[in-house]
Amino acid sequence: MAYSEKVVDHYNNPRNVGSLDKKAANVGTGLVGAPECGDVMKLQIQVNPETHVIEDAKFKTFGCGSAIASSSLATEWLKGKSVDEALQIKNTEIVKELNLPPVKIHCSVLAEDAIKAAVRDFQTKQTEGDVKLEEAVVGA
Amino acid sequence: MALKLPIYMDNHATTPCDPRVFEAMRPYFTEIFGNAASRNHAFGWAAEEAVDHARKQIAELIGATAKEIIFTSGATESDNLAIKGVADMYYEKGDHIITVVTEHKAVLDTCKKLEKRGFKVTYLPVGSDGLITPDDVKNAITDKTILVSVMMANNEIGVIQPIAEIGKVCKERGVLFHTDATQALGKVPFNVNALNVDLASFSAHKIYGPKGVGGLYVRRKNPRVMLVPMIDGGGHERGMRSGTLNITGIVGLGKACELATQEMQEENQRLFSLRERLRTGIMDELPDVYINGHATERLAGNLNISFAYVEGESLLMGINDIAVSSGSACTSASLEPSYVLKALGVGEELAHSSIRFGLGRFNTVEEVDYTIGRVNEAVNRLRELSPLWEMVQEGVDLSKVQWAGEH
Repeated sequence: MAYSEKVVDHYNNPRNVGSLDKKAANVGTGLVGAPECGDVMKLQIQVNPETHVIEDAKFKTFGCGSAIASSSLATEWLKGKSVDEALQIKNTEIVKELNLPPVKIHCSVLAEDAIKAAVRDFQTKQTEGDVKLEEAVVGA
Repeated sequence: MALKLPIYMDNHATTPCDPRVFEAMRPYFTEIFGNAASRNHAFGWAAEEAVDHARKQIAELIGATAKEIIFTSGATESDNLAIKGVADMYYEKGDHIITVVTEHKAVLDTCKKLEKRGFKVTYLPVGSDGLITPDDVKNAITDKTILVSVMMANNEIGVIQPIAEIGKVCKERGVLFHTDATQALGKVPFNVNALNVDLASFSAHKIYGPKGVGGLYVRRKNPRVMLVPMIDGGGHERGMRSGTLNITGIVGLGKACELATQEMQEENQRLFSLRERLRTGIMDELPDVYINGHATERLAGNLNISFAYVEGESLLMGINDIAVSSGSACTSASLEPSYVLKALGVGEELAHSSIRFGLGRFNTVEEVDYTIGRVNEAVNRLRELSPLWEMVQEGVDLSKVQWAGEH
């Protein structure tokens, strides 16, 4: 199977690899997939609590080249978007951007799931402890 | 010697034709092109002579007589012919076949087809080392059993089954015994009498011969094995496989067998030392790397290992100037990880992380050293990228994690 140039580029030079403090109130973490399925993505967003703009995004992925590329691309797209805009990212856009073949569409679906899971985690943290979040931000 | 890239290290999939084999074949394309079945002129005689010579070369390698070799298009056809041929010939005697879950699809799918026709098939499970025991076969044999089919060496994990002992069990019970010897031929000593084998499949392109030609050994004495042919026609090959003989291919198969007879022992030692160099070069350097299949009862050139927390296809991509293969689902058309590794009880996660290195006649020490460096570098890089590796470093027990996605 030949990979598209964009997949190869993301694989060789993955953007935004790393981890954010998952305990931080303004960080949302999405962990999707399962090892026995051959794909696990961890995608994290760091959100400005006032503007709800995503200031940073990081990922780590266990999976094939297309899964790595999908999550790498997702972090690139997330930065600068508002949380609401992030939820609008569709897997089909990832497929198009990376030229994924049909057998790799599930990688883009997983990336979309990871984005949604990260946003949901952030939002849960918001509703659970608005006060605590303020403190954390001040503290930082 | 300068290193030439890419490196071919997938010799279980296929092997390059040995230049000596190619040279032996060369005249048979344009000069000696006759039909071996043309009994009435020199062109036919020359072709027949070439076929007879090849039969002897093959027979010598496997301890058979020349007349017991049936030429086919390859091991898949040989497996089909052996199993279906026996089933159709001996169905009145019984309807039961025994095989193993880790067989090649050419055997498994043939057996499945026979099941649809009413035959009963026992698929023996393997141990975590990939092996079965002669007792497993003994206990599965019933008075309805007409055939046992067990491969000698596995194409994925390279483990070598105790064929001689299984053959003995079959002989004692009067059951025909077929072995798919595709990966074993020319790699380990193979004598049909010492192994008590009645039928054996093999292919030229796995032993540095051309693609598109193979053979089936069919025992003629004690017992005389009969097969119903799958291909009808001119009655070639003792009526078991009609069709004009592929002279060039057959000459190549014969030459490849001759070379194996002469060089196998020395080649095995060299491959074994290359394999051990590769194994230790990787395993001494990287933690959490596991060998799939029995540690010693395996082909000298085979190394099948799982790199925990790294997905196989992404690793292949990271070492893309080295041709190897993976048991990862992502590399298969079915999107299922290797059924062979699953049969060993290797977790699906580790099956996704497996790489098969197949060392062969033309691999060098330099290539092995280069491969070690590339693999170790890629695994380290991908582990830095792996959320699983991170979690394990943090002390998380992955088996206790509630995973969200089901893909």
